[in-house]
Amino acid sequence: MAKYILKRVGLALLTLFIIIFVLFVLVRIMPGNPFPSERMSADQIANKRAEMGLDDPILVQFGRYFVNLLHGDFGKGTSLYYGAPINTVLSTCISNSFRIGGLAILEGAAVGLLLGITAALNKGRFLDSFCTVFSILGVCVPGYVFLIFLQYFFSYRIPFFPYFFDPNRFMFSAILPSLSLSLFTMSTVARFTRNEMVEVMDSDYVRLAESKGMTGSLLVRRHILRNALIPIVTVLGPLIVDLLTGALVVEKIYGINGIGKLMVDAIAGEGVDYNYVLALGILYSALYIGIMLVVDILYGVIDPRIRVASSGEGD
Amino acid sequence: MAQTTYVPVAGDFELIADHDITTDKNFASQSYWKGVAIHFFRNRRAVVGLVLVLAIILLAILGPVVSPYAYDQIIRDPANEAVVAKGIAPPGAQEGPFAGQLFLFGTDDLGRDLWTRTWQGARISLIIAFVTIFIDMIIGMSYGLISGYFGGMVDNIMQRVVEVANSVPRLVIVSVLAIFMPKGMGLVIVALLLTEWIGMSKIARAEMLKMKEQEYVLASRTLGARSMHIIFKQILPNTIGPIITQMMFSIPTAIFTEAFLSFVGVGIVLPQCSIGSLIESGFNNITTLPYQILPPIIVLALQMLGFNFIGDGFREALAPKLEDM
Amino acid sequence: MQMKNDRTILQINDLDISFKTSAGTIHAIRGVNIDLQKGETVAIVGESGSGKSVTMKAAVGLLDSNAIVNSGQILYRYVDDNGAEQVVDLLSMPKKQLRNTINGKHIAMVFQDPMTSLDPTMTIGKQIMEGILLHKDTNKQAAYDRALELLNLVGITHAEARMKNYPHQLSGGMRQRVVIAIALASDPDILICDEPTTALDVTIQARILELIKDIQRRLKLSVIYITHDLGVVAKVADYVNVMYAGKIIEVGNVNEIFYEPKHPYTWGLLAAMPDLETDDDRLVSIPGSPPNLLHEPKGDAFASRNAFALVIDEKAEPPLFQVSETHYAATWLLHPDAPKVEMPPELKARIARAQKEAEEYL
Repeated sequence: MAKYILKRVGLALLTLFIIIFVLFVLVRIMPGNPFPSERMSADQIANKRAEMGLDDPILVQFGRYFVNLLHGDFGKGTSLYYGAPINTVLSTCISNSFRIGGLAILEGAAVGLLLGITAALNKGRFLDSFCTVFSILGVCVPGYVFLIFLQYFFSYRIPFFPYFFDPNRFMFSAILPSLSLSLFTMSTVARFTRNEMVEVMDSDYVRLAESKGMTGSLLVRRHILRNALIPIVTVLGPLIVDLLTGALVVEKIYGINGIGKLMVDAIAGEGVDYNYVLALGILYSALYIGIMLVVDILYGVIDPRIRVASSGEGD
Repeated sequence: MAQTTYVPVAGDFELIADHDITTDKNFASQSYWKGVAIHFFRNRRAVVGLVLVLAIILLAILGPVVSPYAYDQIIRDPANEAVVAKGIAPPGAQEGPFAGQLFLFGTDDLGRDLWTRTWQGARISLIIAFVTIFIDMIIGMSYGLISGYFGGMVDNIMQRVVEVANSVPRLVIVSVLAIFMPKGMGLVIVALLLTEWIGMSKIARAEMLKMKEQEYVLASRTLGARSMHIIFKQILPNTIGPIITQMMFSIPTAIFTEAFLSFVGVGIVLPQCSIGSLIESGFNNITTLPYQILPPIIVLALQMLGFNFIGDGFREALAPKLEDM
Repeated sequence: MQMKNDRTILQINDLDISFKTSAGTIHAIRGVNIDLQKGETVAIVGESGSGKSVTMKAAVGLLDSNAIVNSGQILYRYVDDNGAEQVVDLLSMPKKQLRNTINGKHIAMVFQDPMTSLDPTMTIGKQIMEGILLHKDTNKQAAYDRALELLNLVGITHAEARMKNYPHQLSGGMRQRVVIAIALASDPDILICDEPTTALDVTIQARILELIKDIQRRLKLSVIYITHDLGVVAKVADYVNVMYAGKIIEVGNVNEIFYEPKHPYTWGLLAAMPDLETDDDRLVSIPGSPPNLLHEPKGDAFASRNAFALVIDEKAEPPLFQVSETHYAATWLLHPDAPKVEMPPELKARIARAQKEAEEYL
């Protein structure tokens, strides 16, 4: 098992390194002005370039950047407005985004599981159809659209929730954005749980358990849930990644100062410069790879078929 | 039971002359694709999805054509050049120069006809989706088929590339692209091209591996068929089913991504419009013209629904469950 | 509720079951009667889709939720916890009561595919103990000891170490032994084996059959085999029920079915069975496929595949004609007015050969 994990971690780090390198090279060799938001004379630009070491060979630049990165330093922005150390800006953003994203995942997974289990146990009846309709809705309408509606009705027409995010009232103002972010997770988890459970309930081993005399909640807990929930771990990874994407628009709409909004500014080219694009790119890729890795390992830990096989005990 | 009371009549106890027992009435003459089609059309949801998608495609083609206004036309009173229509029931619609004309979805904040804009937007979204998915299919399938067919070292290297490419979030690709590419349809298409092929290539490769060892491929190999010939003539037809399914699920992803990018502001540029940019301007005017956001959202949701239903229906039709016997 | 005689332990009367599917209603079981005597072995033989599994699933309350029981009774005689003899109808018993009083405790089942019939996330020890703890008032230690004993009984070596294994760590044959151990966990009187060897290698098949036979002798079990394999039937069964399109079309003891079959379908099945003497090209298969029970068959369901079909076969369904005290067959060929039709000469030769072999063997 340890060997397996070590191998996965090593592979993930290697992939990340390749991505960092490619991103760095791409961002540096890309045509265009690295100082987008300022008016500078050619001399000033040349000075600034020299100061930032942009004229050194690309590998030297990369070496320098990578060493700094290993110390946890993303460097500085090149533009005036975003000239502050990137770490300072990122830390506030990360904290906001992670808290709201975490909430969204919790809400989505908890409600989704509950809904899926209820639907499966009431297969073919009203609750099942309700779950189906709900999960179709959640998959077909983007989360930010829900946020627009929630904001319009519950912050504008009925001014109960704050119209924009207010860091001083974190939990209260996190309700609408986390809820709309969680809808996709919720509906996917609900649908997946329901289908997995129905499939497990139809499996031979559940039949065997029934023919042993198992019924009711004991059967559900011991045999059905455990087997149905293992595969759900695999969808949770991609769902978290989707959530990262969704967070972009949600943060923009709700005025949340998070990495998503920063990314939007970077993508839309609104004063955010190369170094931010690079830093965000690395951050997102690292998150993505990290989540996939954790899911992979988690799956190995909870599924005895993988756990035991990889420890080399089988015959 | 009732039928046990049957009283035999004369001639009942004779062997049936030239009794044909060689044809199989249950399973005779049903080709693979015919079976798939039967299963697909028996699935109510799949049919609903198909109807939805066809209706939207039809409206996206015809909507802007039948409309008396251009999608970027700001509707003004010819007399005083004032923007007449701005609302769900624009004031000019009851009397004046536009009396009797229909603004089915109302007009937007600039006084443009929303009906025309919505279908124009749907058209752009669908074009983006179909174009990218089609190209992605070609790239992905070629990649996957070649990787799976040659195996060994080639496969190994190609799969490592896929692994790395798969570890870069689409957002990151978009942000890097946005540095040097102008905003617009091109950016959206390239961003989708760079990410969506991976899923296709995985399916194609898996199918190829499965198929590779089967007899008819071995047979044509021993007969001296060249690699490329085998890949494209023999194996391609068999991979079509799962690939179409994957396409049906990729199209909604493309539509979603387009909407998302346009909403964020790197997609379609004004006065062009797409579903995403329409949602964005609806959002910007939600406090003044709240109805404006509804048509693009509804069209988006129906598109998603339709393609997802078709995808599900197709997947089930390709691997029907036993309960249909 | 009355049983035909005191030795009968399970009696299926006029069972009639339909399934609701998206394509329509499938009339899968059309009036089935089966008797099982105490200590004996009955086999139900038929092609897939003939309804043999459904019949037995009905007896253990494992019918799919879209099944509708139109009519019938499944009477079962057992001795309850207080030592009193009871006769109950398993079909009309509420599911919960069935699980608590009958399943596992009195009637146990062995499934076809040992690869899928064990819970992959639970150690086999736990899976065996579960049934014991469920029905017997014992503590964990006693259940553990009993599970070990069972593993030894079904011939699993290093039982103690195996208890901690997960199903995927065992071979197919081993898993089927575990499934049998689970079935035996709380001393049932009836063991239903649904194609117990189909998914196994030929060499292991024989060993599993031997094991079941041996256990049956030792524990005085009554066994029902569901199978499409006449080879299995010949090895284990006392009585044979041949099923076709949801009906029993021939029933008799094993000698009658193998040496004096009366129904053309049984002829077909026997002729399709490979043996050492037959050349490959003389191995016959039954043409066509079983009828689609979405549509109620008119007359004899087998008529369209029957080379000896009579005119009446397309008009009316044949009743069961009695051949001997134990032997019945549902074919109009047995009607006194029917022309004399003999079984195909190849089959006749084969049967004669087999009979001779059997005599030499004895």
